[in-house]
Amino acid sequence: MKVSYYPGCSLHATGKEYDQSMKAVSRALDIQLKEVDDWSCCGASSAHATNFDLSIALSARNLVLAEKDAMDVMVPCAACFNRFKTAEHHLKADKDLKAKIEGVVGVKYQGGIAIRNPIDIIYNDIGVDALAKKVTKPLAGLKPVSYYGCLLLRPPEVCEFENYENPYMMDKIMEAIGADVKNWSYKTDCCGGSLAISKTAIVVDMCDKLMNAAREADANCVVTACPLCMANLDMRPSEGKKLPVFYFTELISLAMGLPGSKETFKSHIFDPRPLLTQLGLI
Amino acid sequence: METFLEEVNKKINGVPLQRCYHCRKCTAGCPMTKHMEYNPNKVIKMIQNGQRDKVLNSSTIWMCLSCETCITRCPNEVDIASMMDVLRQMAIKNGTVREANVLKFHESFLAGMKFGGRINEPMMMVQYKLKSGDYFADALLGLDMFKKGKLALLSPRTKDMKSVRNIFEKTKQS
Repeated sequence: MKVSYYPGCSLHATGKEYDQSMKAVSRALDIQLKEVDDWSCCGASSAHATNFDLSIALSARNLVLAEKDAMDVMVPCAACFNRFKTAEHHLKADKDLKAKIEGVVGVKYQGGIAIRNPIDIIYNDIGVDALAKKVTKPLAGLKPVSYYGCLLLRPPEVCEFENYENPYMMDKIMEAIGADVKNWSYKTDCCGGSLAISKTAIVVDMCDKLMNAAREADANCVVTACPLCMANLDMRPSEGKKLPVFYFTELISLAMGLPGSKETFKSHIFDPRPLLTQLGLI
Repeated sequence: METFLEEVNKKINGVPLQRCYHCRKCTAGCPMTKHMEYNPNKVIKMIQNGQRDKVLNSSTIWMCLSCETCITRCPNEVDIASMMDVLRQMAIKNGTVREANVLKFHESFLAGMKFGGRINEPMMMVQYKLKSGDYFADALLGLDMFKKGKLALLSPRTKDMKSVRNIFEKTKQS
């Protein structure tokens, strides 16, 4: 299959491991990625917290650019995904707003392409059986908890993600690659998001709570599909509380034995390599 | 004259806040209540009571993380997350921003975007530190991130910056 690809700002910086592993996994699963031409930032929390029209227009600019390729657009970053789905929701529901935003962006919005996150594409289009067949090195001994966070799921009528109070797609993907995924009650809790910089102590507290819960569930790592959750969970928990955190695509890449799969572990702030070495996975 | 409640309802452009029957489902699920001055359902009550100054001066509206758990669980589909956005925007206009650094972070983020179309994280952090005066927090972490190649000093920008700046210009609020 072929899709447009919107990496977003994080995947070119703090979330580069997600971009690298996403590209490697896509190649191996025969998903061709065509980057959206001349994309700009989605505006993230800062736009919608301060100016509604700005937040919709910034996402609309990118959606219009993606529409030129006439393919579904894959949006790995949960924050960008949420902003695009929100803009789509409002633009389709409110004709007056659509006309106003088209005036601001200077281009017509068609709304003809689907905005999709890679969990959905890998689970629904590739399928866990096909994925399992490509595994050369099952991740035996790895005990992740799946952490979905907020922005992939909520609000449900906007995000249209499966089973939003107890999602399972990432859990099934982890099972398919041989990990012993643990159940827990914190799949959809918040990591503290954009308050990490301005209200750091609160976010440390929230991340500590998540790490405690992961340990209670007998997990030895956390798996995520959001660069903001990754940044917070990788950097913010107190010393002694931390567990390795992975993007789900890094683990797929490792289980498929893809070239360069070990490279992305080097740039994690909390080094996951001791755990992977101990388990004989690298 | 428009009441505070009418004003907020109009801006949310969804289910009116009068639908809230204060079951506190929002408050029960909110991850930030322990850091909030007023619980989410209390904010609705205060708006219903017309306590404009108290609401727009509160830190609560800046503590909301927009995790949207409240709207997901509200039995009456009251969009509390949008309400918080609306209240923040009104507080900015009103000049009563209780959590100045939260707004300074948002401003630094948007300034970075206006400059390059995409966020360059080191530049955004420098902006934020200059605005907030919080120079030393995260300095060691920043160094570690830099060493690990997570912070690129130069990163690709959007080419058609005119279209991005145009969006900022045309959505500017008076």
